[in-house]
Amino acid sequence: MNSRIAGIFWALLFLLVPILGVAVFAVAPAYDHWLPKNVAAHGPSIDGLFYFILALTGVVFIVTELLLFWFMWKYDASQARGPATYVQGSHTLELVWTIIPAATLLFIAIYQMNAWADVKMRRPRMSPTVEVVARQFEWRLRYPGRDGTLGTPDDLFLVNDLHVPMDEDVLIQLKSMDVLHSFFLPNLRIKQDAVPGMKIPVWFKATETGSYDIVCAELCGWGHYKMKGRITIESREDFNRWLDEQYAKQEATQPEAAAGAAAD
Amino acid sequence: MSTATATTPSLTHGDAHHGGPQGGLSHFLSTYVFSKDHKVIGLQFLFSTLLWFLVGGLLALAVRWQVAWPWSDVPVLGKLFAQQGGQMAPEFYTMLFTMHATVMIFLVIIPILAGAFGNFLIPLMIGADDMAFPTLNMLSYWFMWPAFFAFGASFFVEGGAASGGWTSYPTLSTNVASSPSSGWGQTLWLVGLTFVGVSSMLGSVNYMTTIILMRAPGMTMFRLPMTIWAMFITAVLQAFALPVLTAAGFMQLFDRTLGTGFFSPEGNIVNNAVPGAGGGQPLLWQHLFWFYSHPAVYIMILPAMGMVSDILTVFARKPLFGYRPMVYSIAGIAGLGFIVWGHHMFMSGMNPALGITFMVSTMMIALPSAVKTFNWLGTLWGGRIEFTTSMLFAISFVSMFIIGGLSGIFMAATPVDIFIHDTYFIVAHFHYVLFAGTAMGVWAGIYFWFPKMFGRTMNEFWGKVHFFLTFIFLNGTFFTMHILGAVGFPRRLADAYHYETFHHLQPLNAFMTYCAIGMVASQVIFAANFIYSMFWGPKAGRNPWNANTLEWTAPSPPGHGNFDFQPVVHRGPYEYSVPGVDKDHLMQTDPPNEAAARAAAAAH
Repeated sequence: MNSRIAGIFWALLFLLVPILGVAVFAVAPAYDHWLPKNVAAHGPSIDGLFYFILALTGVVFIVTELLLFWFMWKYDASQARGPATYVQGSHTLELVWTIIPAATLLFIAIYQMNAWADVKMRRPRMSPTVEVVARQFEWRLRYPGRDGTLGTPDDLFLVNDLHVPMDEDVLIQLKSMDVLHSFFLPNLRIKQDAVPGMKIPVWFKATETGSYDIVCAELCGWGHYKMKGRITIESREDFNRWLDEQYAKQEATQPEAAAGAAAD
Repeated sequence: MSTATATTPSLTHGDAHHGGPQGGLSHFLSTYVFSKDHKVIGLQFLFSTLLWFLVGGLLALAVRWQVAWPWSDVPVLGKLFAQQGGQMAPEFYTMLFTMHATVMIFLVIIPILAGAFGNFLIPLMIGADDMAFPTLNMLSYWFMWPAFFAFGASFFVEGGAASGGWTSYPTLSTNVASSPSSGWGQTLWLVGLTFVGVSSMLGSVNYMTTIILMRAPGMTMFRLPMTIWAMFITAVLQAFALPVLTAAGFMQLFDRTLGTGFFSPEGNIVNNAVPGAGGGQPLLWQHLFWFYSHPAVYIMILPAMGMVSDILTVFARKPLFGYRPMVYSIAGIAGLGFIVWGHHMFMSGMNPALGITFMVSTMMIALPSAVKTFNWLGTLWGGRIEFTTSMLFAISFVSMFIIGGLSGIFMAATPVDIFIHDTYFIVAHFHYVLFAGTAMGVWAGIYFWFPKMFGRTMNEFWGKVHFFLTFIFLNGTFFTMHILGAVGFPRRLADAYHYETFHHLQPLNAFMTYCAIGMVASQVIFAANFIYSMFWGPKAGRNPWNANTLEWTAPSPPGHGNFDFQPVVHRGPYEYSVPGVDKDHLMQTDPPNEAAARAAAAAH
């Protein structure tokens, strides 16, 4: 089996790795197997970073895999004329391939800090737009109601149907009643675990109207897969109108809600 | 038969092999069952872990079935859980992926690397007649059995086996009311985990002592093969990280059985059950768990890296490129491995400022991995590459590790992680590292050391067929997961197609499941080749691959005490194709050679 043909066969098999690897990533977007449409103001910085890392790792991937293929092709024992090169290593090369990746990695590390801080650390100064309480297996929502304050008797209670205004900062107070959940909005590039005993702020600014998925991304039990909600982004006027409708509906169906009995 | 090593006469224990009773059954028991011979223990680990590998693989297929065709009748297995009419219940699905990961990590990868290869290779490659503590060594294997029973039995208790994910996050795992299988299943899971830990700890203490004290004369630390360096550093990692997991496991066990509240906050109401004492923190478990389980990721890859480094040199007929940088980078990975655990918790609610610290250390740990990859490429450059089955698996380890390593950078970048955390992107990443990496390294090791284990070689033709099919199918299964991840397709969902974002991904998932079925089916070739070659394969001499390291000076298979003469080491393990020497390899035990000394001096 150690013939030249076998050597060519195995080298070509490994050449398929970079070729098909790149092809898969090149073709996927055309079939809509790619990042879902972004509708968040901070989204472009996350997607941009994704593409930046994809390009960088893509180049390293192609170069190293091609080298591997080339070495297999060229140094096949069946066509070797002499013995292998006797070399123990190279100080210079070790320095080069330590320092260049180190600098690159450090650059990525520093470059991305701002994007992270925008999404997770620079919380807008405002009172929460809505409180989201996760429980097996639904998203319970609590809007402040007409007085604009959470935790008062006029709070509005809803399940799985989240509405937020467009082009405004939205601050969500995320809690969990029972086990871990994760509040995942693919189109808004938002993910945050909900942890029992913690109140975690989540914020974003939506840039387009529309209705999108809310997914639970942390295993929460047998019904994890069906813990599904919808987020509707609408203009301020539509949002206010919707709030009024819901408020009227709540008062009509359960007048006691105003007494706050269902609050906790 | 040598029963003493010249370096450490105080540690001789040859009597352990010969002092036992010689009569029938008890002789059989002490030789093949409760053996203290490191080679027998290594093979016991190998056979046990390969059987569990089959179990883990079948669990994976069941998982893939549900992901590709949710709620459709499961072939064959469907009859076993007929109460759902042949369909899979969602709680059954959560149990499947939990136990797939548990089995693969705790009963396959960790014990096959440290237990099987570590046990078999360490004394042979350092020139010792056995481990420093043969009895502890025997116990390290037999402590796996309570774990086998606990994990195995958990499938049959009421509610089924653990289904809180292999990470077992509270409060899902601590609160008995939170899921149907959170009863005995989860408790047995914790018991099993503890025994695996005891086994690993006994092993790692033994490996460290043996490597430090029982090396043959002339075997300095910097003449050790990379396999041994990797095993040594892995043992150090285990010894320092494991106690934390064990403690955390007991705390979770107490939360479940004694009503303590280490991990549950006050007023935590699950499923309308009465709340427990409270006062705890779910994030505490995650910190403790990952403080062990991140170093464990390296426990699961470093030994494979070591074995692949050795195999590449043998079949490229070249010295390892950059031996010392390779040693330092393993040590670097191990050191940094202790300060990156927080990157599993970027979305957990941990302080985001702390996330930045972990992000920087995580970026830095990519560096030693890169150095290793470049040195493997350097080793192949200018070689005389022989495409044996073992070499093909070793090269594919390098090729696949590049993918697994690079995809890690996406998750390390915290803003990108916001989107891809807990999606199939991470599933692709760790399968490239653990299956396409470690498992390929393990196969390279099995094909390579099989002649030493059984005195016979495996069939090369069928070995290559096995390699080819596995290589194709694994990429078909796992590469496409990156694409799922880019869409945001979440892991651990029994059915994600009712989401608008993911409804169009079913055909791709079906393709992956076909590939996974092909991948598991290809292993039949491996199993047949393995079993056939054990008994009827062509006999191998002492050194069928013309390799340099000490195990190849011993008979195949080696008897008790390993060496028929005391090996004395004169050089490092990688003197291949030395200029001016008439054969293309100089074994570590070959007498000093002037031409070789000159060449070595010039090459530095």
